[in-house]
Amino acid sequence: MPTLSDILKKGRSVPHHAPWPRAVVDAAVWTAAASTLPEGRLTLLDLWGEASAVHMALLDEPAGTTAVLSLEGLAGGGYPSVAQLHPPALRLERALRDLTRLEPRDLPDRRPWLDHGRWDLRRPLGERGIALPGVGPYAFLPAEGDGLHQIPVGPVHAGIIEPGHFRFTANGETVVRLEERLGYVHKGIEALMAGADLIRGAQLAGRTSGDSTVAYAYAFSQAVEAALGLVVPIRAVWLRALMAELERLANHLGDIGAICNDAAFPLMLAHCGVLRERVLRAADAAFGHRLMRDRIVPGGVTSDLNGDGAGGLRSLLAEIRRRFPALIELYDNTASLQDRTVGTGRLGAALAREYGAGGYVGRASGRAFDVRQVLRYPPYDSLVFDVPVLNDGDVNARVWIRIREIEQSLLLIEQIIDRLPMGPIFSGIPSVGERREGMALIEGFRGDILVWLRIAPGGGIERCHLRDPSWFQWPLLEAAIEGNIVADFPLCNKSFNCSYSGHDL
Amino acid sequence: MRKLLFENLIRLPLTEPPPPPSDAAMEELAAGIGAASRRRLGRSLSIRAVDAGSCNGCEMEMHALSNAFYDIERFGIRFVASPRHADVLLVTGPVTKNMQEALERTYNATPAPKWVVALGGCARDGGCFAGSYAVIGGVSMVVPVDLHIPGCPPSPTDILRGLLALLEHVNEGGRAS
Repeated sequence: MPTLSDILKKGRSVPHHAPWPRAVVDAAVWTAAASTLPEGRLTLLDLWGEASAVHMALLDEPAGTTAVLSLEGLAGGGYPSVAQLHPPALRLERALRDLTRLEPRDLPDRRPWLDHGRWDLRRPLGERGIALPGVGPYAFLPAEGDGLHQIPVGPVHAGIIEPGHFRFTANGETVVRLEERLGYVHKGIEALMAGADLIRGAQLAGRTSGDSTVAYAYAFSQAVEAALGLVVPIRAVWLRALMAELERLANHLGDIGAICNDAAFPLMLAHCGVLRERVLRAADAAFGHRLMRDRIVPGGVTSDLNGDGAGGLRSLLAEIRRRFPALIELYDNTASLQDRTVGTGRLGAALAREYGAGGYVGRASGRAFDVRQVLRYPPYDSLVFDVPVLNDGDVNARVWIRIREIEQSLLLIEQIIDRLPMGPIFSGIPSVGERREGMALIEGFRGDILVWLRIAPGGGIERCHLRDPSWFQWPLLEAAIEGNIVADFPLCNKSFNCSYSGHDL
Repeated sequence: MRKLLFENLIRLPLTEPPPPPSDAAMEELAAGIGAASRRRLGRSLSIRAVDAGSCNGCEMEMHALSNAFYDIERFGIRFVASPRHADVLLVTGPVTKNMQEALERTYNATPAPKWVVALGGCARDGGCFAGSYAVIGGVSMVVPVDLHIPGCPPSPTDILRGLLALLEHVNEGGRAS
């Protein structure tokens, strides 16, 4: 089984790509790399395109490293599809095909993905074309058999949720097939990034998925800094992690409450909602914004933590530690709730591994991957924490992973406040006068967020690609719901809590 | 569970006093809706949330309105599952091209009298997404808007102040016979 460095040796290394290597390879090496993906040593992290190039980011987990393989100088003929060999690439390639002119050869599913036929143009990231007239119907995959019926849901859902369409085929109450159709909140963020300056880039990145605004700004800034070789003041590095852990805490608390609410147990929602609100208020007091939006920028952070803010965070930790154990007990000892979550929406370990599922989705199904631990980006290299892993793969396991991660985040926040280094929080962006490429992988509450970008000699963004963890989690939801009853879908869906906006971009 | 419930009986409530209605919202509403077209709904409003392209930030804060601190239902304001049950559409996001038809259909499915509240900076004018090939712009480009609540995202208090202004405005003159 080849390692990532074996594959890289067969290509031409690209200068000024940091912190991990990028190599331009030929179609044979590309296909050979793609065909090793099902073996499991390498994990597909991402796949994206430009006008005449495609890039594939790969993770070599045993070696603890990542790299990008590229095919460049592609003409009208396209490139060999990865999805034909490795299904997790399918939606990425369908999206790539919509956004650039490139054709993945032998792509198993050629239906458009993000392009619903409603934009004024086609191929916004490639050679732009004029939109085709009319919106054709979308051909959902068939499910055949006696007594099957379809239930269309969305894009406007019953709750306060983002839009997407779910097409269920059910036999009575049992789901035979779920097919998702996404792309409704596609805002063209990557096209807006092209030509933008770094300030606007950080703003757009922080608005890719509102619940992960810290993690996206963190990943974008780290990618810029890698490209420019910029060293961020140490205090800013620690404050970033503090914000990231507060974001994780708030989202996990909200999710646990919402999952239980979807199992008709609003008491947990009420109590978790109070704790979540306390986190947001402490974040507001400490950093001046409840969601900490626009607080992380290339070069550092824009707001410092003062004594009052730190004091507020300490009392937040004390309050959560006082209240949360009773809620865990309530969750664990309420039979009617356990009856709904245990064994529901089971995701097998093999699929989680194949799709490289990140976050609680992967970790509840035996995939012990957490970027904070595997790549150990600072300050996590000097912090002590555990990455909880379970093997049941059901809704219950995804709740428990969140519970354990809340406990870990409390420990991390405490360590950060105790050991926060003094000093400046921002350093200016140098002008390097040449083309640079950078990449970052940051653990958001939902999983690993990848940002890749190229900065033009003038300092503006030439191309920026953002990959939400949901790309690899949405398809798994389709698998997890199979054989469950329709009424358990909200429960399963909330336990995955995939992002629509982060996916649709 | 009994212990937790009992503790809650003796703890002081977390719910905070209501904020005053937003003056800016009152002004916009007074200018926007003629007295003749005003209908009275009693002291309650049913809201249908529509995400027409948001980043999900506004939705986060909309959820917070239901927590114990803001407890939006004490004002007679509640979120409903269908536009058929709604008096108000609370629309977020720059309206994307892919959501335009869904927004129009949701609006058409809402019985009159109805109000549209555009929530957040993007819902006003597209925010930082304005000008994209995939974005139409603010909500008013697609359906008539009665009230804008600015912010990125607006805090729950800001949203509450705007909705209280709407409630007051709708009820001016007392209950309809």
